Order: sequence, then C-alpha cells, then structure tokens
Amino acid sequence: MLITEPTYQVTKEEKRFIGLHLFFAILALSIGSLFGPLQAFQYSGLDLYPYIEPIFKSYYQGLTLHGVLNALVWTTFFITGFLTLTIIKGLKRPLVYPTLNKVGFWTMVVGLVTTAIPLLLDEATVLYTFYPPLQASSLFYVGLTLVVVGSWIEGYGFFFTYRAWRKENPGVRTPFVSFAALITMALWQGATLGVAVEILTMLLPWSLGWIDGVDPELARTYFWFTGHPLVYFWLLPAYLSWYGMLPKQAGGKLFSDSLARLAFWLFLLLSIPVGFHHQFTDPGIPQGWKYIHAALTYGVAFPSLLTLFTVVASLELAGRKRGGKGLFGWVRALPWGDPSVSAQLLAGILFIFGGIGGITNASYNVNLVVHNTAWIVGHFHLTVATAVTLSFMGISYWLVPYLTGNRLWKPKWAVAQGWIWFVGMIIFSNAMHVLGLLGAPRRTPLGSAPYVPEEWSGHLFRVSFGGAILLVGVILYVVIMVRTAWSKDKLGPDEQVEVPIAEALHDPQRTPAFLDRWRPWLIATVALILIGYGPQLLDMLLNIQLTSPGF
Amino acid sequence: MTDETSSAGSPGPAETHEEGWIDPTERNWFRFSIVLLVAFAVAVGVAGFALGFQVPGDEARVDPRTVADEAPWSDRIDNPVREVAPGEYVVYMIARQFRYEPNTITVPEGSTITFYVTSIDVQHGLKIQDTNINLQIVPGQVSKLTTTLDKAGTYPFICHEFCGLGHAGMFGTLTVEAGEG
Repeated sequence: MLITEPTYQVTKEEKRFIGLHLFFAILALSIGSLFGPLQAFQYSGLDLYPYIEPIFKSYYQGLTLHGVLNALVWTTFFITGFLTLTIIKGLKRPLVYPTLNKVGFWTMVVGLVTTAIPLLLDEATVLYTFYPPLQASSLFYVGLTLVVVGSWIEGYGFFFTYRAWRKENPGVRTPFVSFAALITMALWQGATLGVAVEILTMLLPWSLGWIDGVDPELARTYFWFTGHPLVYFWLLPAYLSWYGMLPKQAGGKLFSDSLARLAFWLFLLLSIPVGFHHQFTDPGIPQGWKYIHAALTYGVAFPSLLTLFTVVASLELAGRKRGGKGLFGWVRALPWGDPSVSAQLLAGILFIFGGIGGITNASYNVNLVVHNTAWIVGHFHLTVATAVTLSFMGISYWLVPYLTGNRLWKPKWAVAQGWIWFVGMIIFSNAMHVLGLLGAPRRTPLGSAPYVPEEWSGHLFRVSFGGAILLVGVILYVVIMVRTAWSKDKLGPDEQVEVPIAEALHDPQRTPAFLDRWRPWLIATVALILIGYGPQLLDMLLNIQLTSPGF
Repeated sequence: MTDETSSAGSPGPAETHEEGWIDPTERNWFRFSIVLLVAFAVAVGVAGFALGFQVPGDEARVDPRTVADEAPWSDRIDNPVREVAPGEYVVYMIARQFRYEPNTITVPEGSTITFYVTSIDVQHGLKIQDTNINLQIVPGQVSKLTTTLDKAGTYPFICHEFCGLGHAGMFGTLTVEAGEG
C-alpha cells in the first residue's frame, strides 16, 4: 500500500540461530526414525531388538523413543526455527528481544537432554502419551516441561516482535506468513496448558513421591486437551508453507488471502475443545459431552476443507501460468523437478487421505471400530509423518541452502527422496489401516502376539516392507542435509536462495479487517474452550480421586 | 475495488461486509463443506442417541486398590457370566497386568451381553474382535458397553493399550455357542 516497505536482510546471526533449531530437529529425527523400522520389521517376525538389547531393552522403549523424538522433538524444534524466520522475514524486522528467544531455545535444549536421559536408560518407557499410572522417572516430566516452557518463551518473543511491528505499521494487514506463525504459536500456548497442568499438579509431584496417587481419567482428559491441538501445531506450519510459500515456488499466487486467514482463525478457535474425540471409548465422560466434541471436530474439519480448495486453486493458477491445459494438465505443468515443491505436493496428496481418515476417527460411534487399532497409527503416519514431516523435508530443501549459502547437495536425489517417502508411506500406511479394520491393536509387537491370525500375515509383511522403504527415505534425507550444511560448494552472489513468499491474487489490504484483529478471535476461543471443557473438567476436579499409585 | 479509507484506515462495520472478499466458486465450496459436515454430525448423532449405536459414558467410580475384593467384582472367577434376564448376560471383569479376569467367557448364540470392566493397576484396553466392544480401561473408573452376539464362533478379546512388558500376551476368549434351534 502507501507505506514504503523496508527491505530487511536476515543477519548471519539470525540465520545461525534458526539453523541451530534445524540441527536439533534433524538430529532427533535421525535417531527417532531408526526405531520406526525396528517396530515395522518386528511385525513380520524379524525382531532385531534382541541384538541391541545391551543398549535398548524392549520394543516399547524403542517405540517411546520413536514417538517422543519424531512426533514431539523433530516437530517442535523445526517449527520454532521455521516460524522464527517467517516472523522476521514477513514483518521485515528483527526480533525485538533476540535474547529472550535465545533463552527460550536453550531452555528447550536443556529440556530435551533432561528427557533423553531417562528415555535412554529405560526409565521412561511410557510411550509418548505417558498415560499414568505407568510412571516415568521424574526427570522425564521435568524435561518435557522445560521443552514446553522453552517453546512458550520463544512464542513470547514472537508476540513482542509483532507488537513492536504493529506500532510501526498501524492499519497494515499483518503479512500472511507472520500472521500464520503468530496463530500457530498462540494455539500452542493455549493447547499446552493441558499437559502443563497435568504434569505440574499430578505427574511430577507423584513421581517425586510427594503425593501417593493420581486420577488417571483426569490425567487423560488434561492430556487430550493438549493432544489434539498438538496435531494442529504440527500441521499449521505446513499449511503456512502451502498457502504462503508453495504458490510462489510453483510460479503462482495465493488464490485467496481472506480465506487463508479465515482458516487459520478457525483452527485457533476450534482445535482445542475437541479433545474428547480421542476419548470416545473412555469411561468417566458423559456421552453428551463426547458428542459435542465430535460435532466441534467436524467444525475443525471445515478450515481444512477450505485449505484444500485454496491450495489447489493457487496451484492451478500456477500450473496454468506455466502452460498447463485442460482439466488436469496444470498438475503436470507444476515444477515437479524442484525437490521442495514435489515433496510438498506429495505430502498434500497423501494428506487428503489423512483428512478423510481423520473425519472417520472423529465420527463418534464409528470410532469404536478403529480406536487404538493399527488404523490410528496408519492415520497419523499420513498426517504428522507425511503431511507435516514430508512438507518440512521439502521446506528444508530451500531453507538449508538459504541459511548456509551452500548449494543443495544432489537436487535430483532430493526429488527422489520425496517420492521414496511417498511410496513407502502408501504401502506402510495402507497396510496399517487394513490391519486396524481387521482388529489389530496399536502399540503391540504383533510379530510375537499369540492371538494374531494367519490372515494378517500379508499385511504385516507390507508394514515391514513399507518401513524398509521409509528407512531408505529418511537416511537419504539426513545425508542430503548433512552434505548440504557442511558443504564447501557455495552459491554464487546471483544464485542466492530467497525465502519464497507468495503474493496474494488480491491486495491483502482488501481482506476484511476482522480477519486481522486478535481480540474478538481470542475472546471467542477462550469462551469456546470454557464451554467445551469447563463443566466436565469442573465435575472431574470436584470428584477427583488420587487413588492410583505408580507402576 | 475498495477505496483507500476502508482498506488502510480504522476498520469500520462497512468494511467487514465488503463485497468480493470471497470468490463465488469459493463460496459454493464453503457451503458444500458446511452441508457435508452437518450431515455427518446429524448421521452419527441419530445413530448414537436414537438407534442405539452408542459409545461408553460416565458409569461409576471405584477404588482400584480395593475393587477386586468388593462385590460384584469379587465373584468374577466363580461366577463369570450372570444371566440377569432370559438371553441377557452381565460380565464384571477386572483387567490387570497381564490378564483379564475372567479370561474365558461363554454365552449362547443371540445373547445380549453387557461388560462392566475396571483395572486394578495401569490402563488397559478391551477390544472384542468383530464386535462393537472397544473400551479404554482406566483404574478408578468402570467402563460399560453392551453388544448382541448373533453369530456362533470364537471371538478373541485383546488388550490394545500399552500396559507393560507383557502387554502383547494379554488376551482372552469369548465363545458364542450355537443355539439348540
């Protein structure tokens, strides 16, 4: 608009800081992903755990490491790093208190190390949901708390930076990529209150012996208060890229700035008061409340359906601009040779099936068919392990060259890496979905379970086979990252990678102002959480029974 | 096109009703999505609350440290299946590391059977294959669900929540005996 936009060059120090986030993220992914195939191989009877027993004691210890490192650590570190960049680059100004963000980051690192110690010593084999009364070493709970608190502090750094920017730019629409980052962080602050209360009021004092027992159903309810929006904390940075960056990378524009913003607000509004849809089969929660959460879950599917429309429309614009003709010709015309674009497109394609499965899971009584079966594991490998993880891999194919100034190592291999992940995940996840429908439980070494019928064996083998392909995919990713980050192959001055920020088809200033105002949306969010959780949580608190000792 | 005041000035009510911020095709998709999701919500609601395809609800609280010795669970081994009315059976079950009590259940074909399950240690699961029985078993709470067994056969029931190192071996058997005709 009329305000002249200053150009802001991200400094070397800022790039280093963001790069450190990625270092820890990819380190966690490298270790955590090694356990995934061990689980998958066990399914078809190839149990490698006895060979590593001096170090790792059980399938379940491996499963805990896989869940914590991949689903919690890889995501959180990647996201905080990536969002730092989108805040700085979108607002075109440095962080207002860079020291605050550094404190947040190093708090997360200390938390990670504190969590890792009991995990590696087999003193926190409680899986990544850590349901009591299974009890972990108190270090595990302390470490997790520090990771969460650290991420909160980094979030405060974003909010203060936004406030400073807002003072400097009254009346201007918040640049979309920064807007999306701020909502993601706001969502996270609200969502994590659940586990924060769970750990600080029950699990930590209990693991330290200060109280004798916990109330496991209350703990589950706190956990899923966080557990579902956690999924959106993972997903929204991928959406940020699909809406705000991928159109640019594909040679087009964001189709609708307004609907992109509306979708983000609706995620903030609706992603917390839906946690009971993870507890449909739980005792202790009335059916009426479960149904309300089911209905609200359909509500949070709405912004995902909007996303499907807007992202596809943006990509179609790009494909047609590149000469794509006909109903689907534009798909072929997209730059599939760009590893960052192809990885994100493939992630998006599989996410369609992840979304359909998610609506199935949310469907109240239909959930009885799939709850705690292998179906669920198949489902979240399409969401967090593909829509999110494969998108993050795609993002890192431009982000690491951008941060280091180095040329991406073997771009064609990077393209292949995305396809390998895609194919491996189709095989793995389809087999897991089918097994779930046949009744196979999750979190179970099916290769040695006594009740497994012969008819499952073909699917169990496909799980192992898909897992093997995914192992190749993750190794290739890590190798490309390492070779790029520690390369001597510098990009020339006219080859520098830029942060791809898509323009909107229409001037964002045309976007209605209510889509850029925080107060009404925050008030509505808090109100809906109070309505959706307040009465039931109050009832559970008034009837609390701290009767479960640790096991 | 929008004018300068409504785009960059202080936001007023007129601006929130600005024409054209949403594309017509988008608006159709918007409406289609809402209709679809409302239809889903109505369908599962009717199936759940009117047709009886229900999930467990809030049943009762117990003390996991003592419940195994208290009626009606204390009688679970000697009297695993209780007929409360012709063709209607009730099972009071305890889930524990790493077995169910009772571990084998036998009922005639066509029975309606209601489970009341709780745990005396950690969380467990109970999934009876090929039925709608799928329960999270939480210490301190009673999980209740009913099913009708119309087909004779053997139905394994298995623990689907990680409960410790013996988890994968935790299962039992429900036998539905063919009726006498």
